[in-house]
Amino acid sequence: MSRPRSSGWLGALPLLTFFALVFGVPAVVLVAGAFTAEGRPSTANLALSLQGGYLTALLGSVKLSAVVALAGAVLGTFLAYAVVTSRSRLLREAVLTASGVLANFGGVPLAFFWIATLGNSGVVSGLVGLPSGSLYTFWGLAVVYLYFSVPLMVLAMAPALDGLRPQWREAAANSGATAWHYWRYVALPVLAPAMLGGVVLLFGSAFSAYATANAMVGTVVPLVTLKIAAALTGDVLIGYENIALALSLDMIVVAGLVMAIYLPLQRRTSRWLH
Amino acid sequence: MFTSRARAAGIAAIFALATAACGAAPGTQQTTGASQGGVNAATATSAADFGGLDKLVEAAKKEGALHVIALPPDWANYGEIIEKFQAKYGIKIESETPDASSADEINAVKTRKGQDRAPDVLDLGQSFALSGAAEGLFAPYKVQTFDKIPEGQKEPTGLWVNDYGGYVSIGCDAKKITTCPASFQDLLKPEYKGKVAMNGNPTKAGSAFAGVYAAALANGGSFDDIQPGIDFFKKLKDTGNYNPVETTPATIEKGETQISIDWDYNNAAYAPQMAGKGIDWQVNIPSDGKYFQMYAQAINKDAPHPAAARLWQEYLYSAEGQNLFLKGFARPVLLPAMTADGTADQALADKLPKVEGEPTFPTTEQVDAAKAKLASGWDAAISG
Repeated sequence: MSRPRSSGWLGALPLLTFFALVFGVPAVVLVAGAFTAEGRPSTANLALSLQGGYLTALLGSVKLSAVVALAGAVLGTFLAYAVVTSRSRLLREAVLTASGVLANFGGVPLAFFWIATLGNSGVVSGLVGLPSGSLYTFWGLAVVYLYFSVPLMVLAMAPALDGLRPQWREAAANSGATAWHYWRYVALPVLAPAMLGGVVLLFGSAFSAYATANAMVGTVVPLVTLKIAAALTGDVLIGYENIALALSLDMIVVAGLVMAIYLPLQRRTSRWLH
Repeated sequence: MFTSRARAAGIAAIFALATAACGAAPGTQQTTGASQGGVNAATATSAADFGGLDKLVEAAKKEGALHVIALPPDWANYGEIIEKFQAKYGIKIESETPDASSADEINAVKTRKGQDRAPDVLDLGQSFALSGAAEGLFAPYKVQTFDKIPEGQKEPTGLWVNDYGGYVSIGCDAKKITTCPASFQDLLKPEYKGKVAMNGNPTKAGSAFAGVYAAALANGGSFDDIQPGIDFFKKLKDTGNYNPVETTPATIEKGETQISIDWDYNNAAYAPQMAGKGIDWQVNIPSDGKYFQMYAQAINKDAPHPAAARLWQEYLYSAEGQNLFLKGFARPVLLPAMTADGTADQALADKLPKVEGEPTFPTTEQVDAAKAKLASGWDAAISG
């Protein structure tokens, strides 16, 4: 009955080949370029990418992504909970549809949308008396990123919240649990994997975002994606390409670290689901 | 700083692999244009090599197409130039990625070597023209008017030739701003709070880099010393006048970038465009910091349409082509010669923003040093 093990492998071969080409080759080239300076193997690019303005940009990106991921996760979870538990089917569908659209709203249109609304001569900034330049700061950019991050979190959390069965709450109440007990010992452990996944998703999307920041705060908030773009394309810098590759490698390492924290936590929390 | 050779190796390696990986069209279409009447268009260095301009036109028409990159239709009137060229010679221009940068153009030449979608001709920032020539990417070609182009604006064998340029200028929405700033010093006035923008990031956009260079000249710096320019923008930010939004026609229309530092041909070209929308866009060349720079043309050594590429160059440096640049408020390189022999369109020349004095140019070494300084110093000064 049992087929030889090797034939199962064959079926995955096209996929593995595809992965090797599409992810493997660029990754190898990236690493090779990052470790090449003046035509010779060297760690000079990497060293340079971890000091001065480049380090500031890398830390700026991490900080921005962390703020957006945490704030977005909290706001998104509350919003998703409110929508999922509301009795209005219309509200639920409207919010979920809007979230699907807004989660994909990014790039230059998003920047211009905010500039026109809360910029120095924006429609709303005049009404609320926003001081000049307040949108074009780190926190301004964080708010703009939340605009697509919160809906993303709603989409990530809604199915998990649907999975919370009312019977669990009733059972907890029958056993004498308070609302706090229920959330602490039942609901949050069940929701934790989805929330953690959401945080990682939000971190990733903020970490890699580029066009919105470029149009809005390109010169005043240092971000690693902006640095890579300036080094790789542009009309000014020549010969910084390998530093851009080194910065990309830094980004991969940061993403890897985030995953390294996420995976064990996720494994731990998802035990409750089985 | 790396040598261009190191960069060439790294980038070429990436894209050689990347294109191989993507299974991109292999280079089967290397139409050398050879043996058209015994002329190899790919190695012709002047119209005379074809047996005159008419023969060049003939060869170009036979190729039938020209592939260009990084030519925005609203930049220096390229939209009309492309249209007129197509109409005049019946050669179809495939214009790709109009908003690409000089670095993108050089990458396209390297990565699509031997493919029929490689760019035939390039419009490059000066330093990219120099580095590209040093890497052997361009074909030497002398247009018929080559001798009239001033020394220092061309590579002696015609690997690249400067074509059009402009001054750093300050555009201003005169309906919203009572007194338009006429100098860098003016920009620091409290009345311009949150209003002074640029066309991009100086470590990336050529016009913004030029803006910092001009600010340096205005504040006691020199071609050797861009630091006062960086300090100026720091001061501008500290006073709250600096606006980090990248200027586009949309941001001007919205009133978000009411003052914009940009090339004078960009700012001047906005004026008629904005007049229709009720905005009075005025252009001043700053009295205290004049910086002039030109863009260069070059032919891809492996151009898939070598004859059409050469004809395009002839057209750009003809009186007709140069006047079309002038119509886009750019200052063509042949303007002095054409003013002398009467072929310049004087009505168009009179519309250019006025400048006193002759422009001076930094050397390549000076520009490179300034860029290195800017790359490391800009963030530290401006961010936060």
